[in-house]
Amino acid sequence: MADIKNLEGMIDSTPIMKDYADIESAKLPEFQIDSKIPEGPVAEKWTNYKAHQKLVNPANKRLLDVIVVGTGLAGASAASTLGELGFNVYNFCIQDSPRRAHSIAAQGGINAAKNYQNDGDSVYRLFYDTVKGGDFRAREANVYRLAEVSNNIIDQCVQQGVPFAREYGGLLANRSFGGAQVSRTFYAKGQTGQQLLLGAYSSLNRQIQKGTVKSYNRREMLDIVIIDGRARGVIMRNLITGEIERYAAHAVVLATGGYGRAFFLSTNAMGCNGSAAVQAFKKGAYLSNLAFTQIHPTCIPVHGEDQSKLTLMSESLRNDGRIWVPKKKEDAEAIRAGKKRPTDIPDEDRDFYLERRYPAFGNLCPRDIASRAAKERCDAGYGVGTGNAVYLDFKYAIERLGEDVVRDRYGNLFDMYQMISDDNPYETPMMIFPASHYTMGGIWVDYELMTSVKGLFAIGECNFSDHGANRLGASALMQGLADGYFVLPYTMQNYLSDQIKVPHFTTDTPEFDKAEKDVRERIERLMNIKGTKSPDQIHKRLGHVMWDLVGMGRNLQGLVKAIDEIEKVRKEFYSDLRIVGRADDLNTELEKALRLEDFLVIAKMMAIDALHRNESCGAHFREEYQTEDGEAKRNDKDYMYVSCWKYTGDNEKPILLKEPLKYEAIQVQTRNYKS
Amino acid sequence: MEHTINVNLKIWRQRSPKDKGAFVNYRVENVSTGSSFLEMLDMLNQQLVEKGEEPVVFDNDCREGICGMCSLYINGHPHGPVQGITTCQLHMRKFKNEDTITIEPWRSAAFPVIRDLMVNRNAFDQIQQAGGYVSFNCGGAQDANNLPISKEIADMAMDSATCIGCGACVAACKNGSAMLFVSAKVSQFALLPQGQVERKRRAKAMVKKMDELGFGNCTNTGACEAECPKNISISNIARLNREFIRAKWND
Amino acid sequence: MWLTNSSIGRKYVMAITGACLVLFVTFHVLMNAVCIFWPVAYNVICEFLGANWYALVASCGLAVLFILHILYASALTIQNRRARGHERYAVDHRPKQVEWSSKNMYILGIVILAFLVVHIIQFWAKMQWAEIIGNYYVDDYTGLPVPPAAGTWMIQIAFSQVWTPIVYIIGFIALWFHMNHGFWSMFQTAGWNNQVWLKRLKCIGCWWTTVVIALFVAQAIVFTVQAHKQTYLTCPELLEQYKNMYMESHDAGFAAPAAATQGLFDK
Repeated sequence: MADIKNLEGMIDSTPIMKDYADIESAKLPEFQIDSKIPEGPVAEKWTNYKAHQKLVNPANKRLLDVIVVGTGLAGASAASTLGELGFNVYNFCIQDSPRRAHSIAAQGGINAAKNYQNDGDSVYRLFYDTVKGGDFRAREANVYRLAEVSNNIIDQCVQQGVPFAREYGGLLANRSFGGAQVSRTFYAKGQTGQQLLLGAYSSLNRQIQKGTVKSYNRREMLDIVIIDGRARGVIMRNLITGEIERYAAHAVVLATGGYGRAFFLSTNAMGCNGSAAVQAFKKGAYLSNLAFTQIHPTCIPVHGEDQSKLTLMSESLRNDGRIWVPKKKEDAEAIRAGKKRPTDIPDEDRDFYLERRYPAFGNLCPRDIASRAAKERCDAGYGVGTGNAVYLDFKYAIERLGEDVVRDRYGNLFDMYQMISDDNPYETPMMIFPASHYTMGGIWVDYELMTSVKGLFAIGECNFSDHGANRLGASALMQGLADGYFVLPYTMQNYLSDQIKVPHFTTDTPEFDKAEKDVRERIERLMNIKGTKSPDQIHKRLGHVMWDLVGMGRNLQGLVKAIDEIEKVRKEFYSDLRIVGRADDLNTELEKALRLEDFLVIAKMMAIDALHRNESCGAHFREEYQTEDGEAKRNDKDYMYVSCWKYTGDNEKPILLKEPLKYEAIQVQTRNYKS
Repeated sequence: MEHTINVNLKIWRQRSPKDKGAFVNYRVENVSTGSSFLEMLDMLNQQLVEKGEEPVVFDNDCREGICGMCSLYINGHPHGPVQGITTCQLHMRKFKNEDTITIEPWRSAAFPVIRDLMVNRNAFDQIQQAGGYVSFNCGGAQDANNLPISKEIADMAMDSATCIGCGACVAACKNGSAMLFVSAKVSQFALLPQGQVERKRRAKAMVKKMDELGFGNCTNTGACEAECPKNISISNIARLNREFIRAKWND
Repeated sequence: MWLTNSSIGRKYVMAITGACLVLFVTFHVLMNAVCIFWPVAYNVICEFLGANWYALVASCGLAVLFILHILYASALTIQNRRARGHERYAVDHRPKQVEWSSKNMYILGIVILAFLVVHIIQFWAKMQWAEIIGNYYVDDYTGLPVPPAAGTWMIQIAFSQVWTPIVYIIGFIALWFHMNHGFWSMFQTAGWNNQVWLKRLKCIGCWWTTVVIALFVAQAIVFTVQAHKQTYLTCPELLEQYKNMYMESHDAGFAAPAAATQGLFDK
């Protein structure tokens, strides 16, 4: 391990990276990245691809099996659409029903370039905003395709009966979201994710009824089975019986969401995990851009050590709420001490720091910027509440629009806030603070959404593809559904077209035997540690390390320390873990332990990726790389690439591969939300 | 600033669907009133694990009141004594120091207990599979704005569609009836133009499946509406009745 | 058949039969009301509803309604208990929005049924049924067979018993609860309901039920008072009417009493 004291002033950390990654091997020819981007101008790539890709004829589709792991927006839409096409689909979810996937918790909305508001929106502008929002670290061709199919998603969902908000004239309503100057966000109250997921779930149900999709609930994937270099099946643990089950197919799709719970406290659901990504990683899939974790600016602040999760307040609140902290430090101190209330601070003593710093976008600047600005104020001593909170004030909106309009727009969110915090946001400003929310990074995929393992696909949040270094609000739903409804069902056929001669697989192969044996041994190993700490206790410790050192602001020393600390947590895990109960039974502690083991892998990779990226871009803010007024300083010359990490062994250094990013349709520039 | 309380818990423990269950008493001390109810149960489980006992099993996931996974019957109410919220949104400030809290699983023949407080709600999925969808294939949709829907209707459909499928309606109903759940989905599609084509088929198929699965009959007590964490109205049930009766008379 | 094997169908039968029974009860209370103001007219109605074909058809229809309502209720209750599972909640609270009656409709129904049995024995068995089988009830007090159409005389016999008004009032209270819930419930089950009408129907149902039950209670009180005053055996117009009933009757059974009653009517 590098000696932290010697790192002072060592801004160029390349020599240090040698301690953590194998940089040289990446130059070998077998590790060259082929992202399979089609030829032609960006606007024609997808059309060209579809025109020339290989398809599978209807009679042959029946002969092909596909496993889809996950039932969120991406998983459910992919499973149902593949089922509609005629493939035999095996669909798995960890919850008791496909409808409970965490996509359901998305509140704000879904973007689409419909230009229904006539405010100058277009496919190109959505593409442009997304690439710019992602701080030029996303793959251009993918993002353009995303913007192109965004309109189909809205059509599809309306036809499914998703009750989007409407105007009195009966047409669809829109609202605006961070990072955009047009209103292109479609929404269904504050429950857009729920409605879209239930739409996908309804399509999925139709296919289950028809028999094209077989649905398996309360199953957790513990391994991917590779036969002759292709993904051919999965090993599942039945969470009710504890049995280890085998499933085989011609292709495997991972739609398993993000790994934001590496921070322990996050807005993710309790069951969200990065295990599928880690299993894919260990089987040869690359993990990409892990440093890019979105910290959402508007969450309800942490209240105590027993807290299990953080609650997000929709970004849409920033449409009408104004964010501020006291201008005077003594006011902030008085508020923290409970001597003053926020309503006691006159307008002239309030610092609307987002409006001050980013006049053009104001309170609607992108998430990474809003989060960092909040942290900056709190670190400077202007925080309220416990010191780690800022105000989101609706006083001005209520004055301007009246309480009824505000209630109509945000009533359910206000109620939710009041329930959790016991404060009435109509009377006193809300307190908010950033929290881990979404992971832009994930499994590397090519243009066809296939990972570096043949036949293994990754869609939705679990892949890295479309958001670059920062995701704009209302884009996650768009990406999940785009991948599942409109991209994967096409691109997958290109892979499956030469598989039609391969008969249905049996699970009685040596590869399955080995995979199952490995899983059983892994479980056995964990059960036999018989230490003293519960998985949650260790996970909390990991969370603290991650939040403090790999959170919103990172620096060289901190990241090096983080890797050390993660190693220590890992040691503790393997020496002092305690799992009560039995392995061949319903055992929630074992589930947590298995997920935590994988979080430890991914957490370390996050820190390594953050350490290697010597620049600030999007959600990745390296304190060494900032302008004089505290803005992110990007380094396009050295880091305009996707980092792809290749697994080489549990205690070996991963290999760093690079997929260079080329921007043809868009002028690369410094992100500017000031004017 | 932080206020803490001690609570006594009476929790239903049951190994498997076939085993006989019983109440076990526990005590959790120094619970912050700002904690959620499930965080209090996390504390209990931590205590149990430290003693080498198996933790209490309960379903939970999003912990923000939308996934519908949590399912506890607390002090005689599904999702606890506060109306309009799920268990995960219940906070300990709603309880007093030294309160005794009784926690039971959903009790209904159609929701067998899996372990402790965890029940099997697959029946709900099966009902949805019977007809809770609009039949069309991806890619075949017209432009979204070709189909104007009045705001009033869209809002009503949204209110019905808000159902999170938690099963509190069944748990609250003295008859173990799933009418509120079924009616919410049938209503959503009956209100919207997209759902018109399959309207009759849907109502019949979903009710048939609901009956097959052993749910009870609605006797209009309204307990479902009162306990629904999303305040789904029983006027949906009237609409389902209307849809079903009309479909049957038309046959 | 969906009316027997689907849950909504079964409930629909409950609603339809319930609606008919509400109408019957309403008709009944109005008919009784006549008795308060104009006892003679009441007896004319009783005569009209005697053992003739239309009244018999109506009675049979009514019986069918009752039986269907009771059988379906029993079947539904058994099924609902089964759907609840064999474990009961240890703690179970009724939310404030839930009417007590709605959770106890079957119990209330049993109380009403018990009351109905008493009521049938006291009146129908001595009136329409007696006329059919030709075996008239003999009044202990006067020692005379009572003409089946002499409704007021039957009231006299029933309500001169001390326990009768008590049983009736209990029955009426149960009926109030049963009908108050049943009224809007049947609209709900038949599907004639929405958020606006739900409240209105509950309100209309409450008024309707309260008026009907208030009238019943008033009648029970008036009848009790009058019966204890022997009004129905002393009022000249009624006595005239009873006499005419005997006279008009071609029934052999009334030949002797017709003569024998002379003394009673002369009192």
